[in-house]
Amino acid sequence: MTVPTSRIPKATIVAIAAGALLAACSGAGGAGSSSGGHSINVLMVNNPQMVELQKLTAANFTKDTGITVNFTTLPENDVRDKISQDFSNQAGQYDVATISNYEIPFYAKNKWLLPLDSYVAKDKAFDQSDILPSMTESLTADDGKLYGEPFYGESSFLMYRKDVFAQKHLTMPSAPTWQQVADLAAKVDGAQAGMKGICLRGQPGWGEVIAPLTTVVNTFGGTWFTKDWKAELTSPAFVKATKFYVDLVRKHGESGAAQAGFSECLNNLTQSKTAMWYDATSAAGSLEATGSPVKGKIGYVQAPVVSTKSSGWLYTWAWGLQKASKNPSDAWKFISWASSKKYEELVGQKAGWANVPAGKRASTYTNPDYLKSAAAFADVTKASITSADPRNPGTQPRPTIGIQFVDIPEFSDLGTKVSQEISAAIAGRESVETALSKSQALAEQVAKKYQG
Amino acid sequence: MTSTAVVALPPAARRARRKGAALGLLAWLVGIVFVLPVLWMVLTSLHSETDAATNPPSLAASLTLDAYRNFFGAGGGASPWPALINSATASIVSTLLVLVLATPAAYALSIRPVKKWTDVLFFFLSTKMLPVVAGLLPIYLFAKNIGMLDNIWLLVILYTSMNLPIAVWMMQSFLSDVPVSIIEAAQIDGARLPTILARVVGPIAGPGIAATALICFIFSWNEMLFARVLTSVVAQTAPVFLTGFITSQGLFLAQVCAASIVISLPVLAAGFAAQDKLVQGLSLGAVK
Amino acid sequence: MTTPMTVPTARTGPTPRTAIPRFKTRGPKAWARRAPLLPALVFMIAVTQLPFVATLVISFFDWNALYPNDRHFTGVSNYSAVATDPALRDSVVTTAVLTAAVVIASVVLGLLLALLLDRSFPGRGVVRTMLIAPFLLVPVAAALLWKHVLYNPEYGLFNGAITWVAKLFGDTTPPQPDWISSMPKIAVETALVWQWTPFMMLILLAGLQSRSMDMIEAARLDGASNWQIFRYMTLPHLRRYLELGVLLGSIYIVQNFDAVFTITSGGLGTANLPYTIYQTFYQAHEYGQASAAGVLVVIGSIAIATFALRVVSSLFREEASRS
Repeated sequence: MTVPTSRIPKATIVAIAAGALLAACSGAGGAGSSSGGHSINVLMVNNPQMVELQKLTAANFTKDTGITVNFTTLPENDVRDKISQDFSNQAGQYDVATISNYEIPFYAKNKWLLPLDSYVAKDKAFDQSDILPSMTESLTADDGKLYGEPFYGESSFLMYRKDVFAQKHLTMPSAPTWQQVADLAAKVDGAQAGMKGICLRGQPGWGEVIAPLTTVVNTFGGTWFTKDWKAELTSPAFVKATKFYVDLVRKHGESGAAQAGFSECLNNLTQSKTAMWYDATSAAGSLEATGSPVKGKIGYVQAPVVSTKSSGWLYTWAWGLQKASKNPSDAWKFISWASSKKYEELVGQKAGWANVPAGKRASTYTNPDYLKSAAAFADVTKASITSADPRNPGTQPRPTIGIQFVDIPEFSDLGTKVSQEISAAIAGRESVETALSKSQALAEQVAKKYQG
Repeated sequence: MTSTAVVALPPAARRARRKGAALGLLAWLVGIVFVLPVLWMVLTSLHSETDAATNPPSLAASLTLDAYRNFFGAGGGASPWPALINSATASIVSTLLVLVLATPAAYALSIRPVKKWTDVLFFFLSTKMLPVVAGLLPIYLFAKNIGMLDNIWLLVILYTSMNLPIAVWMMQSFLSDVPVSIIEAAQIDGARLPTILARVVGPIAGPGIAATALICFIFSWNEMLFARVLTSVVAQTAPVFLTGFITSQGLFLAQVCAASIVISLPVLAAGFAAQDKLVQGLSLGAVK
Repeated sequence: MTTPMTVPTARTGPTPRTAIPRFKTRGPKAWARRAPLLPALVFMIAVTQLPFVATLVISFFDWNALYPNDRHFTGVSNYSAVATDPALRDSVVTTAVLTAAVVIASVVLGLLLALLLDRSFPGRGVVRTMLIAPFLLVPVAAALLWKHVLYNPEYGLFNGAITWVAKLFGDTTPPQPDWISSMPKIAVETALVWQWTPFMMLILLAGLQSRSMDMIEAARLDGASNWQIFRYMTLPHLRRYLELGVLLGSIYIVQNFDAVFTITSGGLGTANLPYTIYQTFYQAHEYGQASAAGVLVVIGSIAIATFALRVVSSLFREEASRS
C-alpha cells in the first residue's frame, strides 16, 4: 500500500480513543444492515422509474426471494458524488448502485466493479441477447467483460406539440435539421399566451446543459478532443454550434434557461409553456402518462442534425455491482429482477405501460401491450437508440467512447466547469467566445495528461 | 409573557400614540413578509404536484394531504422514521455531551480561571473558523478504516465538536455572571465542584444554559455536510432524507415542501416554545 | 419577560476574575484548576486538530481517487497548483463578499426589527413568532424553498405574483425575470439574510431588553431626544450584542455550503470556498489538491481569526477599563 492510507489511522489513534468509548457502547446505531445476510443496500438516482421500482420491490422481489432491499435515493448530482466516493474507496456500503455508461468503463478499469459475465451465463431467464447491442457495447469495458446491466436506456429526440403546429399550419419534417428547428421555433414562439418556441437545457452540470449541447456540437462537425488529444473548444465548428445553441435558447427558449434542466423543461411542455423540446427519449413516458394534460398531443421525431446522419445521444442508468460487496449473489438476483422482462410487465400492469423502464430490450418493442400505449414514440425511440454510435458520433475520429460526453474520469469536473461558463453565456453574463476560450484553457490542461 | 421592559408611554401626546400605532402596524407588516414564504410553503405542500407548479399560482386549488401521505411512505416509498430518529439521536445526544463537556470547561475559564484563560478561549473559538470541508476527507478515510461509516455515533462525536466551542464560549460568559462570593461561601461549607455546579451555578446560569442547549440542538439537527458524506443507509439523517425528494426528472414541489415542513417541525416547535428563554438566555450571555 | 433582567451595571465583567488569582497557580493546585477544562480541550484537539494533520500529510501527495494506482509523494506541487488556480482565488473573494453582505444586512435589519419589537403593541408575541420562523427552518429546506418555490422563473411565487398582479391590470405579457440567473449572488444572499435576520433580531432584542429603564427614563426627563438616547445610551449598550451577532454570523456564513450547493450549484460566480473545496474533493477527486487548498484556507482563516479576535478582545478590554 502507499503511504497515506496506512498513515492516517496511526495519526488518529487519539481520536479513536476519544471515540472508542461511545463507539463501543453504541451497538444499536452502528452495524450495517448487510449483516443480516439476506439484505442488500442499493443507491440510486431519484428518477421516476427508480421511485416506481422502490415501491414495487417489497411486495414482489422481497416476497419472492426473501432478500430485503434498503434503498437510498438522491438527486443526480448528489448520487454521483456519493457513488464515486463509496466505490473509489471500496467502502462497500452499497452493494448495487445506478451507474451510467459514462462511469462504467473507467470504474471497471480501476477494478471497482464486479464483472457480471459469470452471473449472466448462469441466469438463463435473464437473456442477455435480448439487451440492445448498443447498450451492451456501452457497458462493456476495454477488457471485454460486461460490468453493468441497463435499467433503462435512452437516446435524445425532438418533441413538439402537434396541435400547435397544425393550428399554425406548420409541418415538422421527420428528420429535421437544426436550421429548420430554429425557424420553426421562431414561428411557434408565442403561439399561445406564455408559450415559447423551444425548451433546451441550460442548467450547469456535465449531465445537464453539456449533454444536448455536445450532440449539437457533434452534428455541427465539432468535437471536444481530436483523436490525438488536442482540445478543440475554440475550433470554428464548436464555436458555431455553441453560438447556435445559446442564441436559439436566448431568442426563443424558456425563461430562466440558465437554471432549467430536464424537469423544468418537462414541466414547461406539460404546462404548455413551450412548443418544442429537445431532450431524452425517456421523457415520453411522463408526457404520455395518464393524467398528463398533453397526452396524445405530442409528436416525436429524431434528433435534429446538420452534417451527420443522426445525432441522438446514448445514455443508460445501469446497475453496477461493487467489488467490495459482501453479498454479490443476492445483489445479482436484484439486478436480474430489476432489468428483467418480467419487471417491465409488472410495471405495465401496475403503473401503466407508458411508465415501463424501456429502451434496453428488443422484446419491449415487440410487446403488443407496450406498443399500444407507446405507439407515438416507441419506434423513433428504438431507432434513435440503435442508430447511436458511441465510438463514432461525429465527423472525425474520437480518442475514446462517448457521444454526449468524453469517457475520461476528468470529464465530470471539466464538463461541470465548462457548463458553468455556457450557462453564464445563456444568462447573458458573458459572450460565447469568452466562455469557450476560458473552457479551452481548462480542456487543454486535461488533454495534457493524455497526450504522448 | 412579554410585558416587562415596556416603556410607560410618555403622558399624553396623541401624536406619539399615533406614531406608536403606525410602528406596530409596520412590525406586523414586516412579520408577515418574513413568514409569508413559510406559509406559502405550507400551502404548496397541501396542493397536488400539478397545482403546485402553475403560474399564476393557484391559490384556490383543492387541498390534499397526498404529499404528506407520500412522505410517510404510503404507496411503498421509504419511511422517514429511521431518518428522523437518527436526527433526534444525533442532536439530543450531542447536545447533552456538549453540556457535559462545556460546563466544567466554562467553569475553569470563568469562575476559577486557569492561567491564560483568554488564549484557551481563543483556541476553542478558532476551531470554528476552520473550514469543515477541509477535514472531511481524513474523517471519511478514518471512519472507513475503523468501520464507523454510516454510524450515527460518529455524527454524535462530530456534532459535539462542532458545537462545543460555541457552547464553551457562551457558557463562559454566563458563568461570569455568577458572583464569586457565593461560590466561595459554598466552598467554605465544604461543597465540591459537582455540587457547586448543580446547586449554585445552575440556577443562576440556567436560562443561559438552556439557550445554549437550544442553539446546539438546532445546529445539529440542521447539519448536512457531514451527514451527506458519512452516512448512507442506516444512519441517514432527516436533512439528507429530504434531498432524496428532489429529482431532475419530474415534479416534486409539493413533495419537497411537505418533507421540509415535517423535518423542520421539531426545530420549529422547540424554537417557538422556547423563544422567551432564548431571548432571556442570550441577554445574559452576551456579556463577556 | 417576567424574570427581571440583570442590569448591565450588575455585570462586573472581568472583575471577579482579577479578584481570584490569589491561589498559587503551580503544582497540584494548578492541575486541579485545569482538570475541569481538560475533557473539552482534549476532545477538541482530537476531533479537530488530528484530521488537520492528516490533511497536511495528504496535501503532499499526488492523489486522485480515480487513479488509485498512481498515488505518490509530490512535494509542494499541489500548493503551487492551488495557489495559481484562478477558481480558488475567485472563491476567496466570493466568500468574503457573501459573508460581509449577509452579516451586515442581517445585523442592520435585525436591529431595526428588534427596535420595532421592543415597543409594546397588540400581538407583539405573534409578530415575534412570525419573525423567528425563518431561522427555525432547516437550512436545506430554506434553500430549496427559495430556489424552487420562490425564485423559479416558470412557476415560482415571485413571477406568479407578478403575473397575477399584471392580470388585474389586463397585462397578459408581464415581465418574468429570471431571478437566479440575473442576480445569482443577490439571490443566495437574500435567502441567507432571510434566515439569519431573525437570529440577529433575537440577540439584539435580548440586548435591548436588558437596558436599564431607569437610566433611560432619567435621560428622557433631562430632555434627551429619542435619537440621543439611541445614539448615546442604547447603541453603546448594544455593542457587545452586536459583536456577538457579527461573530456568530460570520462563523456560520463563512462555512455556508447548503445554500450555494442548492440554489446555484456553485454556478454563475457564486462558488464560495467550502463549495470549491468540496468540488475538488467530490467531483474532481483530486484529494491531494483539495487538501492543499484546505491547508491554505486553514492558515488564512487562522491569521484572520487571530487578528479579528484580538481586535474584539481589545474592544472588551477597553470597555472594561471604561466602566
